[in-house]
Amino acid sequence: MALDEYEKRDFKVVGKRMPRPDAIDKVTGRALYGADMHVPGMLVGKILRSPHAHARIKAIDTSAAEALEGVRAVVTGADFPDIAPGEARNVRDNTMARDKALYDGHAVAAVAATSAAIARKALKLIRVEYEILPHVTEISDAMKPDAPVVQEGFVQENVPEGFSENVISYHQYGHGDLDAGFAQADKVITRRFRTAATHQGYIEPHAALASFGADGTADLWVCTQGHYFVRQLCAEILQMDQAQLRVTASEIGGGFGGKTTCFIEPVALMLSKKAGAPVKLVMTRQEVFRASGPTVSSEIEVRMGMTKDGRITAAEAELHYQGGAFPNITVQFGAMAAFACYDLQAVQTRGYNVLTNRPKQAAYRAPGAPMAIYAVESVVDELCQEFDLDPLEVRLKNAARKGTRASYGPTYPDIGLVATLEAAQAHPHYSAPLGPNQARGVACGFWFNFGGDTSVSLSVDFDGSITVTEGNPDIGGSRVSIAMMAAEELGVPYESVRAVVTDTGSLGHNEVTDGSRVTFAVGLATIKAARAAKREMCRRAAKIWGIDEDAVVWEDGCAKPAGPNAGKFEPLSIKEIAAKSSRTGGPISGHHEVNAEGAGVSFGVHIADVEVDPETGHTKVVRYTVFQDAGKAVHPAYVEGQMQGGAAQGIGWALNEEYIYDEQGRLVNPGFLDYRIPVASDLPYIDAVILEIPNPGHPYGVRGVGETGIVPPLATLSNAVSRAIGRRMYELPMSPPRILKAIKGG
Amino acid sequence: MASAPVTPPDKPRIKVRLWGSLRAATGGKEEVEVEATNFKQVIDALARDYPALRPQIERGVSLAIDGVIYKESWFTPINPDSEVVLMPLMVGG
Repeated sequence: MALDEYEKRDFKVVGKRMPRPDAIDKVTGRALYGADMHVPGMLVGKILRSPHAHARIKAIDTSAAEALEGVRAVVTGADFPDIAPGEARNVRDNTMARDKALYDGHAVAAVAATSAAIARKALKLIRVEYEILPHVTEISDAMKPDAPVVQEGFVQENVPEGFSENVISYHQYGHGDLDAGFAQADKVITRRFRTAATHQGYIEPHAALASFGADGTADLWVCTQGHYFVRQLCAEILQMDQAQLRVTASEIGGGFGGKTTCFIEPVALMLSKKAGAPVKLVMTRQEVFRASGPTVSSEIEVRMGMTKDGRITAAEAELHYQGGAFPNITVQFGAMAAFACYDLQAVQTRGYNVLTNRPKQAAYRAPGAPMAIYAVESVVDELCQEFDLDPLEVRLKNAARKGTRASYGPTYPDIGLVATLEAAQAHPHYSAPLGPNQARGVACGFWFNFGGDTSVSLSVDFDGSITVTEGNPDIGGSRVSIAMMAAEELGVPYESVRAVVTDTGSLGHNEVTDGSRVTFAVGLATIKAARAAKREMCRRAAKIWGIDEDAVVWEDGCAKPAGPNAGKFEPLSIKEIAAKSSRTGGPISGHHEVNAEGAGVSFGVHIADVEVDPETGHTKVVRYTVFQDAGKAVHPAYVEGQMQGGAAQGIGWALNEEYIYDEQGRLVNPGFLDYRIPVASDLPYIDAVILEIPNPGHPYGVRGVGETGIVPPLATLSNAVSRAIGRRMYELPMSPPRILKAIKGG
Repeated sequence: MASAPVTPPDKPRIKVRLWGSLRAATGGKEEVEVEATNFKQVIDALARDYPALRPQIERGVSLAIDGVIYKESWFTPINPDSEVVLMPLMVGG
């Protein structure tokens, strides 16, 4: 099925760098984030968390806490109803433990009190009797047949025998004859890699304000990437109708995938229900690290064969991911994405998902892909060094293109990898001289991009201005992009359009802001809603003129007669039609609801120059350039921002960030002092080169841009550091001690 | 007068490619044929003809049709000569 949404056009608004509508509110403090919400009579919620990595909860005595003056409610796992197996039940059990505490930081009880001080005091009065169980936090330990079992009952039907019950799913992809492929290679190497669990590092901690009414209805204000999904999960967990729960998303201080699920919201609702008063819960930074959702850690083995002229003859990878104590599908995406950049005749990936006593992972930009592609791109680079070949030439020689059978199954339609590689090759960065202790690394990246359920309503207000009502929290500039597409389609000034993110009671369902979907899917729905409004405005003009509605066209923000035969009438502007709308049939709006498909995959190439201090092992990134196929860049500054932001997070992942556990399975670095994310002074200016290869699945050619940017940096940095120190690096983060050890031959 | 029963026209047979770890459910076959004209008919036919695929279908699947990934749109039409690849349900971050 060929997608044919795209129509080439000369843009008047799209492609310009319009002022962002949220900027002044954010820099003046007027923007309302999750913790800013306040209602009269509001109580303060606090959560008691397990100090043990794995422990049976034998008893919880909350009587002393309940008796404390000012305490209005205490909840434990016993307060939550039984529900059917599935993701909502996993979320319920993650937000409040039932029989077992499954990781250090797992919630075991919560209180609502009239002040934070009383709530904290009440937590100290709760007595939990634990039976400490053996724990496991490392992947290879958790896979052993005799490993402590984190949770029972999650093993899928196709998991091979020989592992513990912690190995819960197995995923295999690929095609071709590996033995024959490896036999054609001049060199075959096998390398093992490890990546640490990292956190999305969003600045704003999770926050929720719940207000449960006596009539069984409830309101929830929350910092989230997807308030409709929050409603869906919470309604199932609390066994109420979705319509009875209205969820409003606050302004958001970063998400990057980490706010696509619930960590405290069901607890806030249950506290409010029990207390009969509104309850606000705000995580501390320590709680964010211990009990929200970092990404997976991984152990990956890659085997690859290459001819001496740089042709990859066969490749395989085995990926082991742990994502904490609950099931996830991240390794599946890693296994699918690992070799997606290459045209391979023989390829196979095998992915294993492993439970451990760590927090339940959440999505993090292109979930599963960065670590898989880090391993693959490192091996490609090592083989390039082995044969003294140019790394971009080798990637071009093996690049996936139209007609390539992707390693995950389908045959690619038009894709932008070759154009992206050629842009990188031609860029002055690639041929710039390097200084002492400096080296250059390159790597490719890939992400699928998604669409999904989307509802948009566009109203033509009585003065001719436009309100676009959408339901996706704006985590990356979507409101400006949506307003620009509405202005473009209607032929009106950008300044006359305002895009508003509304609550769950005001618009049909919208999938989470994830998968780089919003500018693509909400944009598509906005354009179609605008087209519906245009049709209605042409119909109103036809009525006013007394001609057939087919004889009216919409041009430059006006209804006009379609031609001389339609009659001679002066064009009617959107303002004139809007002003008469009450008298011509009522308010005018357009809306569109769709499960948007055809998002279109995207590719990126990164180049990094690093300088490694041989005395300290410190890595300084001295130059960095990102090349990415964005489809049509609706707002180029925001697209550049996504590319730069992905690179910055990837640099942190590569060089410094890691979850560190002690022997008791406790997280020892739950704060930004000990968990080191890059700050502005750690980074060079990140140059962003946008390639605009139209996506046929979108009317303006838009494709997602938010995730691909985090995929290449891990390997880009590792390849650069490896070349700088003359030894290959196989583990992330490449912290100074690890680099020093490699330099010394450890 | 009773009219003669109408026999629905035969649906075209479509080749569906499976990912590796599902092949145990199809007796090792990488590609199977089903009668279908849209997404839903494909997954219904797979669940009927290969019951061991049902757990995965219940967990969610996508289809790549001629290289474009469709998440769960049941009534997406499929041409008989289209390339159809079964994929896991796709989500993002």
